[in-house]
Amino acid sequence: MENTAPQLFKVTIDGVEVEVPPGTTILQAARKIGPEVAPPAMCYYEPLKGSGGKCRACLVKVSAGSAKDPRPMPKLVASCITPIQDGMVVENYTNPQVVDARKSVVEFLLINHPLDCPICDQAGECHLQDFSYEHGVGTTRYEEDRRTFEKEDIGPYIQLHMTRCVLCYRCVYTADQITNKRVHGVMGRGDHAEISTYIGQAIDNDFSGNVIDVCPVGALTDKTYRFKNRVWFSKPVDAHCDCEKCSGKVQLWYRGDEVIRVTARKNEWGEVKEFICNTCRFERKQTSDWTIEGPTKVSRASVISANKYSKNLVKKPDFALKLAESQYKNIDDDRPYLHEMSEIQQSEDYKALMAKDEKYFGHK
Amino acid sequence: MKILTEHINTPGIETFDVYRKKGGYTAVEKVIKKMTPEEVVEEVKKSGVRGRGGAGFPMGMKWSFLAKPEGVPRYLVCNADESEPGTFKDHYLMKNIPHLLIEGMIISSYALGANKSFIYVRGELMYVIHILEKAIEEAKAAGFLGKNILGSGYDLELVVQPGGGAYICGEETALLESLEGKRGNPRNKPPFPAVKGLYQCPTVVNNVESIATTSWIINNGGEAYAAIGIGKSTGTKLISASGHINKPGVYEINLGVSCDEFLNSDEYCGGVRKGHYLKAVVAGGSSVPIVPGHLFLKTANGEDRLMSYESLSDGGFATGTMLGSGGFIVFDETACIVRNTWNFARFYEHESCGQCSPCREGTGWMQKVLNRIEHGKGSMHDIDLLVDISKKIEGNTICPLGDAAAWPVASAIRHFRDEFEWHIKEPIAATKPGAVYMKESVLV
Amino acid sequence: MTETKNTITFTPERLAKAKEMIARYPEGKQKSALMPIMHLAQEQFAWMSQEVMDYVASLLDITPVEVYEVATFYTMFHLEPVGKHVIEYCRTGPCVLMGGEEVYAHLTQKLGVKKGQTTSDGLFTLKEVECLAACGWGPCFQIREKYYMNLTNDKVDDIIRELSR
Repeated sequence: MENTAPQLFKVTIDGVEVEVPPGTTILQAARKIGPEVAPPAMCYYEPLKGSGGKCRACLVKVSAGSAKDPRPMPKLVASCITPIQDGMVVENYTNPQVVDARKSVVEFLLINHPLDCPICDQAGECHLQDFSYEHGVGTTRYEEDRRTFEKEDIGPYIQLHMTRCVLCYRCVYTADQITNKRVHGVMGRGDHAEISTYIGQAIDNDFSGNVIDVCPVGALTDKTYRFKNRVWFSKPVDAHCDCEKCSGKVQLWYRGDEVIRVTARKNEWGEVKEFICNTCRFERKQTSDWTIEGPTKVSRASVISANKYSKNLVKKPDFALKLAESQYKNIDDDRPYLHEMSEIQQSEDYKALMAKDEKYFGHK
Repeated sequence: MKILTEHINTPGIETFDVYRKKGGYTAVEKVIKKMTPEEVVEEVKKSGVRGRGGAGFPMGMKWSFLAKPEGVPRYLVCNADESEPGTFKDHYLMKNIPHLLIEGMIISSYALGANKSFIYVRGELMYVIHILEKAIEEAKAAGFLGKNILGSGYDLELVVQPGGGAYICGEETALLESLEGKRGNPRNKPPFPAVKGLYQCPTVVNNVESIATTSWIINNGGEAYAAIGIGKSTGTKLISASGHINKPGVYEINLGVSCDEFLNSDEYCGGVRKGHYLKAVVAGGSSVPIVPGHLFLKTANGEDRLMSYESLSDGGFATGTMLGSGGFIVFDETACIVRNTWNFARFYEHESCGQCSPCREGTGWMQKVLNRIEHGKGSMHDIDLLVDISKKIEGNTICPLGDAAAWPVASAIRHFRDEFEWHIKEPIAATKPGAVYMKESVLV
Repeated sequence: MTETKNTITFTPERLAKAKEMIARYPEGKQKSALMPIMHLAQEQFAWMSQEVMDYVASLLDITPVEVYEVATFYTMFHLEPVGKHVIEYCRTGPCVLMGGEEVYAHLTQKLGVKKGQTTSDGLFTLKEVECLAACGWGPCFQIREKYYMNLTNDKVDDIIRELSR
């Protein structure tokens, strides 16, 4: 018999319809629509098999399971691991319960996270910063002592700051899937689980440096770049080289004429698709090592774009309008109108105007 | 009715010979010689027996969900990782009458078409593991296990797997991870174990008590089992009773016996210990909501509460609780609810696997706040903070441990808020050793 | 390094047992034998030193970090040297209700060590654990495989006296 099953499933996310192949996750479908509806992700990392489901940042409400079975799912689900069904309806930014749950995930992730962004090398490219800025609140209710860990040296290239870790497990998956032998993992459990080698061994093999790129926070940073610069003062440039071990496609981060850091290229979701080797990352820090392709396209919303463009094209809010709006007062004046108010109120135009936007008219 | 514990006090019942003399392994003979696997599943479905590990999901239905792709092995795993505070029924059953579990494992494995089945026992019960291993050897020697059981061509091997000390491994997917030699991190679902479980093969995970019921069901029929109990709570249930009662221990009850009878009759708990009053009850293991004594004995509508899945949860979280795993803990007026809530919160903090953020961070946070209140350093807003944290953990985690950690805290505050307030308002009095908040109207 | 490695080997009986354990699982799933073998190792070596864990890893042909991860997750594995008898007492709700706090205070005082510590004669290590599934028979503790239940101060005295011999 001919296969009559539809090739694509239709999903509605925050009122926007999208068609995706079966097996796609809600998060991937949302990303297909665009960043406006894509849920945040702290642990999910598309190139790493098995990642996701842990941070709970991407929780969404499924208000209709599928066209066949339109019942809502009883709990919020992690969008990064939940496959879509045909006719599924998902509420993301439009659902107060979801917004609230995200707020609480931010709070949970921050209660033990040091607020040392001013001295953290990840600042400016930190997913937790973005996540808490976009979804969190500016205060904390946490009065207890923050969790600390014993410092562990994991070699000359990678700096481990366990206090900043959000236990996304990305670096563990990276070591499992990208490198040939994993020497670090998650030790302990519960709120004292930590990334460690247990025996203070250096994480050292050809692709170990990729754990730096996948780390969403400042828990794993590049020791050779440590305290050298802030990302928003450096200029990222796409470059490549003919490398035996990896694709050789990188980003060079310049300060003046000096290459101060080499990273893999990240897509708009902050994910690395082509991992690079340690030689490219740590050894090739001369412009002559590379063929320059041109400036990296940086999102204008990113702090990295600061100081890089002659004209700021980001649309500013119209403060004049906002000011006028907030200062508008209804004038209480009992002098007679030229027309009787009731006359005006009966006009169709007036009614239409009132119905359209009430807020500019204090009186009804 | 005694289904599981009928012969439990018979001397030597832990040996194959005595167990066999008491009618043991006849169900295996019946199943293997006369029944198809489908008929066994059907019989269990008819019995209406519900998962005895805590969730209460109908066992026959769980079995029928098992995927059966060609050429892929299927597994049965018995969850004997009993770690829920207040629950010690499986421990009791396995150490006293191990063959009941082994027999149930053979029947269930046959029904599911599993040729290798596992019993995952918490590592602390190493002595029970030795008992089970001995029982397996005996059953093997008698031809009930191994290759070509009773000449039927059906092969079954049983493996007893020790845990290593982790409550979370009682969650079925964490258990499977642990059985694969990994950390006990619960898996994201879907896929469910029925499709991708142990070694990514279709797997059923059942509690010890659930599996142990199968031999009776086979011998007497699913309908006979369903005739016991009340409504959808069919059959009997082991209740492990502890706390301030005259006779702590494990009791087999017909589901539907009244809570009053269970607590006060001499057949069961024998009442609250002499000279004391009933203050509160945790009816189904530490995870279920704690209720004050009067709400345990009667529902909010004034009806008698029964020991059944439905009756105990009557009133929802506002006034009800749950049967859970049957970990029955009684508190008299000398018990401090705040201290107990903190104790449980510390348990969940200690046992959280640390994988997902609400549970990892939330359980620790609640424990710290409760610790402060218990030790006279709380403030009034801490109480609402606790309720809020519990709400934010509940339902947002990978596995039910988050809910299990949230419910005891939320319910203790719901029913005993004044006791928390007393700890905050009167820190000096409240932190004196043995000091307990007394409010007579709560006591029964 | 090689010298310490040489000293860490199972006795022939345990090695045979370990091989039997590995054979229990389907082809390629030998990692399942990790925890049974770790229990076996702890039985012989008393605690899980790095050398012991590396030895276990070599038996199963897995990387050492896989053993460290598991050993630190489960509470039954001792990651530091312990005394001859490890007393693991249950601190969870029901045991506390049954008078656990007094009994454990007595135990602590008697041994003169805090939880997590070992007595100076190396006989006892005191370890606080969560629920041991003996709630109705509490307060309780466990020493190796043996459960000691319905504890009272007098019983604790007897047990300690017995084990001190």
